[in-house]
Amino acid sequence: MDLSIAAILAQDGITSGAIYALLALALVLVFSVTRVIFIPQGEFVAYGALTLAAMQAGHAPQTTWLLLAMGVLTFVYDAAVVLRSPDLRSMAARRLAVLAAKYLLFPVAVHLLVQQYGGQPLPMLVQVAVTPLIVVPLGPMLYRLAYQPLAEASTLVLLIVSVGVHFALVGLGLVMFGAEGSRTNPFSEARFDVGSLSVSGQSLWVVAVSGLLIAALYFFFERTLQGKALRATAVNRLGARLVGIGTTQAGRLSFTLAAALGALCGVLIAPLTTVYYESGFLVGLKGFVGAIVGGLASYPVAALGALLVGLLESYSSFWASAFKEVIVFTLIIPVLLWRSLTSKHVEEEE
Amino acid sequence: MTMLTDKPMEKRVDGEGTIASQRGEAVRGHLRNRLLTLMFVVALALLPVLPTPEFWITLGNYIGLYSIVAIGLVLLTGVGGMTSFGQAAFVGLGAYSTAYLTTQFGLSPWVGLVVGLIITVASAYVIGLITMRMSGHYLPLATIAWGLSLFFLFGNLEFLGKYDGLNGIPVLSIAGIELQSGRSMFYLIWLVVLLAVFAMQNLLDSRPGRAIRALKGGGTMAEAMGVNTAWMKVVIFVVAAILACVSGFLYAHLQRAVNPTPFGLNYGIEYLFMAVVGGVGHVWGAVLGAGVLTILKDVLQGVLPKLLGTTGNFEIIVFGVLLVLLLQYARDGIWPCLRRLMPSGPSVTAPAHAAALPVRQKPDAGELILDVRAARKQFGGLVAVNDVSFQVRAGEIIGLIGPNGAASPPRSIW
Repeated sequence: MDLSIAAILAQDGITSGAIYALLALALVLVFSVTRVIFIPQGEFVAYGALTLAAMQAGHAPQTTWLLLAMGVLTFVYDAAVVLRSPDLRSMAARRLAVLAAKYLLFPVAVHLLVQQYGGQPLPMLVQVAVTPLIVVPLGPMLYRLAYQPLAEASTLVLLIVSVGVHFALVGLGLVMFGAEGSRTNPFSEARFDVGSLSVSGQSLWVVAVSGLLIAALYFFFERTLQGKALRATAVNRLGARLVGIGTTQAGRLSFTLAAALGALCGVLIAPLTTVYYESGFLVGLKGFVGAIVGGLASYPVAALGALLVGLLESYSSFWASAFKEVIVFTLIIPVLLWRSLTSKHVEEEE
Repeated sequence: MTMLTDKPMEKRVDGEGTIASQRGEAVRGHLRNRLLTLMFVVALALLPVLPTPEFWITLGNYIGLYSIVAIGLVLLTGVGGMTSFGQAAFVGLGAYSTAYLTTQFGLSPWVGLVVGLIITVASAYVIGLITMRMSGHYLPLATIAWGLSLFFLFGNLEFLGKYDGLNGIPVLSIAGIELQSGRSMFYLIWLVVLLAVFAMQNLLDSRPGRAIRALKGGGTMAEAMGVNTAWMKVVIFVVAAILACVSGFLYAHLQRAVNPTPFGLNYGIEYLFMAVVGGVGHVWGAVLGAGVLTILKDVLQGVLPKLLGTTGNFEIIVFGVLLVLLLQYARDGIWPCLRRLMPSGPSVTAPAHAAALPVRQKPDAGELILDVRAARKQFGGLVAVNDVSFQVRAGEIIGLIGPNGAASPPRSIW
């Protein structure tokens, strides 16, 4: 390997590492706030990428049907809660109206618009803007339907629920997108020559957007009330409730953010690699390895870990391309060993 | 994990009836359960002899193979409180070991079994040592990781035939009888299932079994009672892996071909799913769960593609949703619901007379039994115990009194 190959590999590694870093941040966020190990994170990547790809291929994405169905389910679920509880029933009409707007009106509007215009050639910017409108609301709905009823269960129950959700979403992905993979148009065709290295515009986009998002997340957690509420919930759920932070709302917010990050990652990687309905899982898991390096608790360490995973993957694909997945996933074992030696064993209250 | 079951044994509290009549009822229930088990065994034995459709036998074989793995998961997850998504990888180790040795070197399948077991035990032991002492969720994550690693390893190693796998695995023969057909394998598979069930039930009713049951939730209490919980966890992890390996061995000789697909992460998840559906705290629940899921999968694979108009493994949608609903509404699975229909007392009653456990040798008076050197405990900047050293000899009574008069209870030594 000479220097130019090493540079190319480093460029690849940093690009995918940036994606993994975003996913790792989302995983740390969801885990620290809700104790959910969010395995379906990767499905949001695939959904985001394939929804955009469907629009670019000239047909309306099927994801809106899922949005519609989950919206209706969430509405029914929440409405039943409102009607059953004597406390909530006093303002039932207003509450139901809000719920209907969120879970019925919005999905129906998105669905009708996308089915009408989604298949027509639109500017890329519009397509990119519409994709999160479809995919992101799935996050909080998922939280409402699958996780919120079990919010107090142990981490392991929540993990098994995550696996169930992952199964369901992968299967639905197959129904909606088919088994064929797709790739989207790059944001920019530009190439820049730096010495012997040619940097693609898309890589720059990925790294720039990731960096920007990480900065935005930092700002969100440090400066805004909602961000601080999320941090407080992560530190101590009971304490957060005592000072008036709704842990349910915090959970919903964290799932919304995770879905948004996932969908965005999907949009970013879709031009770089062919995405299949099941691709998200492996991408998500690599983010996971990064998150675990950070002990599922520290954002900067998780991001660095993810970057390391990206570089490791890209260099091992050069040395032993068939075994790159083996190498990346075996990395987790020494990391776990190191974690188990440095972190104090805390038995979960059961 | 409390998680899936809180009480392995249902407590039956009812005001009416004396203890004697309750006991009688328990004995009757016990007898009936014995009878049901016997009927189940007889039905199994008759199945291949009767003109059962070949397809049923195949399904039955798979249910048996899956049950063996799921029984291991009951021990690990339902009783021990740990979760593994990587059991399919151990199944793969068992299958590939025998496949490789029999096809490449023409060795006897039994050598393959032994080698497979050795590899499985060694790798499970190492993985267990590394991961078992981690808090709750690190273990399942680690199992996902090495489950995936092994899958990609099977799929990329030249000598294991890459993704095509290995073909032409010989037929098993026991005592001169060649287990050529699915029907003859049926007996072997279900014999192993029944052996595993009874061995597991006996294990759980034994003294180590009680220690294993104490692992879930209350590790500290068990440790205070002298259970080496870290070692126990590794042991049951290895036992579960051994069961998976045996299932893989049988699978290889049933199919006579192996490829990496059935040893991937999805199957690892399905095994756990089987245990959860059946009732993860119950040994028979594993068999029930394997049966229900295998049949359901078969039905769904027939119906869903027709419904949706394309082919694909759509049954995972139903499985996923079902798993979530099950955890939300019936965390104990199906088996306890069946059990409620046929109540019986505890399957094991304490014997009226039992020999006392042997008394352990006591140390001689004056023998050094505790030697503390420079014990230190700090709470932030506050030093609570400042490099305390002392020795305790047998027969002594030592009290520790702090500078402010705070005393820890005297350590009485016998």
